[in-house]
Amino acid sequence: MSELKLEAKQGIDQQTINSVKSLGESYKYGFTTDIDMEYAPKGLSEEIVKLISKKNDEPDWMLNWRLEAYKRWVKMDEPNWPMLNYKGIDYNDQYYYAKPKSLEKKPKSLDEVEPALLETYAKLGIPLKEQEFLAGVIGAENNMDTKPKKVAVDAVFDSVSVGTTFKDELEKLGIIFCSISEAIKLYPDLVKKYIGTVVPRTDNYFATLNSAVFSDGSFVYIPEGVKCPMELSTYFRINAENTGQFERTLIIADKKSYVSYLEGCTAPMRDTHQLHAAVVELVVLDEASIKYSTVQNWYPGDENGKGGIYNFVTKRADCRGVNSKVMWTQIETGSAVTWKYPSCILRGDNSQGEFYSVAIANNYQQADTGTKMIHLGKGTRSRIVSKGISAGKAQNTYRGLVNIHPKAANSRNFTQCDSLLIGNKCGAHTVPYIENKNNSSRTEHEATTSKIDDDQLFYCLQRGINEEDAVALIINGFCKEVLQALPMEFALEAQKLVAISLEGSVG
Amino acid sequence: MFEIKDLHVNISEVEKKIISGINLKINPGEVHAIMGPNGSGKSTLSYTLSGKEGYEIEKGDIELDGESILDDEPDERAAKGIFLAFQYPIEIPGVGNLSFIRTALNSQRKFNGKDELNPAEFLKILREKADFLNVDMEMLKRPLNVGFSGGEKKRNEILQMALLEPRFCILDETDSGLDVDAMKQVSKGVNFLRSENRSFLIITHYQRLLNYIKPDFVHIMAKGKIIKTGGPELALEVENQGYTHLLN
Repeated sequence: MSELKLEAKQGIDQQTINSVKSLGESYKYGFTTDIDMEYAPKGLSEEIVKLISKKNDEPDWMLNWRLEAYKRWVKMDEPNWPMLNYKGIDYNDQYYYAKPKSLEKKPKSLDEVEPALLETYAKLGIPLKEQEFLAGVIGAENNMDTKPKKVAVDAVFDSVSVGTTFKDELEKLGIIFCSISEAIKLYPDLVKKYIGTVVPRTDNYFATLNSAVFSDGSFVYIPEGVKCPMELSTYFRINAENTGQFERTLIIADKKSYVSYLEGCTAPMRDTHQLHAAVVELVVLDEASIKYSTVQNWYPGDENGKGGIYNFVTKRADCRGVNSKVMWTQIETGSAVTWKYPSCILRGDNSQGEFYSVAIANNYQQADTGTKMIHLGKGTRSRIVSKGISAGKAQNTYRGLVNIHPKAANSRNFTQCDSLLIGNKCGAHTVPYIENKNNSSRTEHEATTSKIDDDQLFYCLQRGINEEDAVALIINGFCKEVLQALPMEFALEAQKLVAISLEGSVG
Repeated sequence: MFEIKDLHVNISEVEKKIISGINLKINPGEVHAIMGPNGSGKSTLSYTLSGKEGYEIEKGDIELDGESILDDEPDERAAKGIFLAFQYPIEIPGVGNLSFIRTALNSQRKFNGKDELNPAEFLKILREKADFLNVDMEMLKRPLNVGFSGGEKKRNEILQMALLEPRFCILDETDSGLDVDAMKQVSKGVNFLRSENRSFLIITHYQRLLNYIKPDFVHIMAKGKIIKTGGPELALEVENQGYTHLLN
């Protein structure tokens, strides 16, 4: 029995290969949707901040919060320490607010949403209409669970949330899952209490910018003792040209609760660079846990490095409670430039943070990504598994910080950073910072760098596996630990992405 | 039938001629052994036959049933029935052994216009062959060749051979690094796979493997050429007297 189970799980490799083959082009989300948009004037000023707040019909406290962030931001400088080389961003040549005209008045239900929008999401394969997922992917693992898997989705189109599914079902459990603009109006106390407490308004250049101009995003609250019965998911889509997307996500897991949250992102192919600066804040109370997974597939630019998204994201979890737990999993395949360090503040005693990452950079993509594990509580544990793959002329940097505070007795960290190089024009860099200030705590760091080996390829070929399939097999093997950490609904998608992102990079 | 015709091979990277005129005809069911000192071009021959990149064929031809396979990619040659048991089987981390073998088998089946096997069908066939070769399920669940002992690696090669059912098998120094017991097991597997439709080319330094796998022909290779051909007794002669007397 156990062997059969294994077989079904292993079978995914072949499925991946088949799916990869069926996908013809390299970036299949590059289409644009023709929709009448309403823009705020280009550029950033106090007036724009006020306008965004007004458009969202926000209370004064929110507007003031934004304005303070704006005042702070104008005095800040863009960070220059990452190993990223990009043309300076002209912050006055961006639109900070774009909204499909049909959403002028918030739709009351999905039926009122413009069909072109829904079609866009259908094209992207998102189940925006309430539909149940068949747990097909690695199904055998969950033989016990015969109920079809459900995924609740909040979709954000350019700056505005389009609709959230499964609301009623979640409400029965007391779970709040809505756009953050809605939450500001409906649950001001919760938002006020937590927003900016994990990533302060003054945190860094991009987070501060976001605090001033964020237009929408997702809000989740899981009440005490509730295990969220379905995956919650947000799908971000940048459509409009020259538009920055600044979404803000706030998730609160109250005591003894659990939620698994997925985030997916795509954008059309455009010649100009587009800016994306998001903030994600997770608050984890006593014995609660949050699993946050991202499949980031923003448009990476063409093979000559033209166009693509600039992705500057601040993600942080605050494990406030004892025995609380956070698990970040990210598959980063898109964007021209990625700057992202999902982090964990392990404040509660015996809290745990995990970070699993696959970052793929092909052609002229640049990724500077990693994590920060800040151990403050006693007996805190963290685990970092980072897999960086570089191909073409790409540069891929792992940057990580493990900090063990003097009071964090008996804490442990394990870090593993593996880099894989394909071809000889790309680069992989590992920049780990380890600061252990407590004698009873331990850190371990392992790092490897390897090349896709001609001998491995030949071995596969000699067994009758063609080159494309062989590369997919080897890469998926390299990333396996991380791919396995993803929720099932995403695992297959991620495997496909991994293979597609590297198409044609060998041979 | 497998035929090598006046084969001349250079290694592209070092522009060095390694094989200078080999002729060899192998009929279905026959077992040929190639012996020779270090640097005689034995491994180059096995890589060239299986189509590895970096081996430039200056002259000559390799034919399977009268048709040249020189233009075929290594995976096409494999699907046509050419199998190479590696001297040093390659480790591929994260790729399950079982999943790898099934991917290989189904790739070949697809190439040959056959239906792919579903996991249950595959597992049934795998079990039978694995039992016979003393390969336990635990070894099949591990990543391909990662952390395998020398003996496990070679048994795994023979297991793949048994599942892929090639017509022409090349064993590149399969005996290297094996103790007597492991060698016996591997030989048992090879002997089991001997059939009137399948032929073997066994490359080895030492005669001892040929005690267990009886060849029909033994060829001595030196400096890129076959310098002498005979029966099993030729291997014994080498064992007793070394290569030196043959080289002069």
